[in-house]
Amino acid sequence: MQRIPYAYSLILVLLLGACAPDEERPITVRGSDTMVAIGQKWAEIYMQKFPEATIQVNGGGSGTGISALINRIADICQSSRPMKKRERDIIKAKYGRDVIEIPVAKDGIVIYVHETNPLSEISIAQMKAIYTGKIKNWKELGWEDQSIVIYGRENSSGTYEFFKKRVLDGDDFDSRVQTLPGTGAIANAVAQDKYAIGYGGIAYSRGIKFLAAKETDDSPAVVASELTVANNSYPVSRDLYFYLVKEPQGRTKAFIEWVLSDEGQSLAVEEGYFPVRPLDHLRSETVSTK
Amino acid sequence: MTSTIVTLKVNQTAKRLDRIAKNVIFGVSLVSISIILLILIFTFKEAKDVFFVASVREEVLPTLLGTNWQPVSDSPKYGIIPLLIGTIKTTLIAMVIAVPIGVLSALYSVMFAPKWTKEVLKPAVELVAGLPSVVIGFFALVVLSGWLQALTGSPFRLNALVGGVAISLTAIPIIFTISEEALSAVPQSMKEASYALGATEWETAFYVVLPAAYPGIFAGVLLGLGRAFGETLIVLMATGNAAITSWSLLDSTRTLTATIGAEMAEVVFGDPHYNVLFLIGTFLFLFSMVLNLTAEFYVKAKLLKKFRGE
Repeated sequence: MQRIPYAYSLILVLLLGACAPDEERPITVRGSDTMVAIGQKWAEIYMQKFPEATIQVNGGGSGTGISALINRIADICQSSRPMKKRERDIIKAKYGRDVIEIPVAKDGIVIYVHETNPLSEISIAQMKAIYTGKIKNWKELGWEDQSIVIYGRENSSGTYEFFKKRVLDGDDFDSRVQTLPGTGAIANAVAQDKYAIGYGGIAYSRGIKFLAAKETDDSPAVVASELTVANNSYPVSRDLYFYLVKEPQGRTKAFIEWVLSDEGQSLAVEEGYFPVRPLDHLRSETVSTK
Repeated sequence: MTSTIVTLKVNQTAKRLDRIAKNVIFGVSLVSISIILLILIFTFKEAKDVFFVASVREEVLPTLLGTNWQPVSDSPKYGIIPLLIGTIKTTLIAMVIAVPIGVLSALYSVMFAPKWTKEVLKPAVELVAGLPSVVIGFFALVVLSGWLQALTGSPFRLNALVGGVAISLTAIPIIFTISEEALSAVPQSMKEASYALGATEWETAFYVVLPAAYPGIFAGVLLGLGRAFGETLIVLMATGNAAITSWSLLDSTRTLTATIGAEMAEVVFGDPHYNVLFLIGTFLFLFSMVLNLTAEFYVKAKLLKKFRGE
């Protein structure tokens, strides 16, 4: 008999939990695997500062996050690619309004080569020629007569789509491009392969170096840095987004505002991403060009 | 008189219990079968648009048997030939390595090994079977690929050979365990008859025991093949995943399973690309079902017949 009140109270608690107003529910964030680390960092620091807030961050991929958003399993979807028209249409049909898109950080895509590679800069046209299979040999770039071993990301990754659109102008990758899961795997592979080339986010690994990028063959080469990415002078960078299906309110709104604040943006920098706008303490840095 | 009634009652209760137990077990086995059936139905349901929806059909079918796998593209191409070749290449390499090692070490274990060797060999092989494939994949990616590149001088560090060799590590324990069982089941009388005719141990092992256990070994090889064919993580990590239509073992290669593993996470829901991935899944499912069924029935029919001396 004693158990029954306990059971009732449990049910009561569950019911209360289920119909708690938005204010008291945890904020759920799902989406891009690229952004899980930064999302969790934001959530962790934010919850330390505001202990009353609860934020859950999960990965699974941008696509997974978008379908979670559509089905209202998530409040915020993190995506490393802009939403597709098909997906925007579904949201419009279901919620009667356009999805809300908020760029929250930037990601600079850099070209990695082995540390012994004499090349120090590369133009977008050269990247395209390598990745579409027009340049097959390092000789054509003024190095040894060795074929280029090309690494890239899986076609499921936001980085892949971005690189394809920005660098290859939408052309298909050469079928010889070897695909690896994750920036870390590519950096690792390039470090072990003298004649390799790869692309990805800024990932530090022993044995590789980053090439400075040139918009056209005669424009100045720009090294990816906080300042050059934030002020768009580094040519290969993309936005990372939060997507929402309704106007953020209350705690969700406070969280997003904090993410966009100088503090949130500095955290993005700590995690290897770039701020959406040049941060004050960075303005004094000079653009390093060659 | 009373005692008969009691016995009768006990009998009835026992019978009822029996019936209940039988029904419960039947129900449980029905659940596992229906789960498999439901998985097949679900997988095909997601794939069927390739055949039944005109817009998807027009996008997919013309390129499906082509040699170009470019599913994320302005003009998507869904050629599964390079993926099929990739799967065949890695599976063949794995089997060429795993079959001799698995079968011969089983034969050694059953026919020649001293007791203590046997006691070490079996658990050791089973330990390999317990290794998570991500560990094997990582080993292949970091260590094995370097060794094989030094050995073959291939320009590509990650290639079909690395993947195949790594997969063989997962197929060997299966082939070993099942072959060992089959070899142990060969009746002692057969071996003794062979010795009596003057055959040496070696001749008995190769010309009498091995042929007698052949159907069981064959089943082991088929199950090992199924394992090699279905392996995902190892090939995803170790083969470089470039969808090239090439039979060279030293070229990077992309398998059917790795394609699903790599692309499913971010594919646009309901897209033709999504349907094609499920089509590949259905194909893999049917193929492994055929393999398992063949192994099962072939053994039942042949092995038993053989031992009964029919």
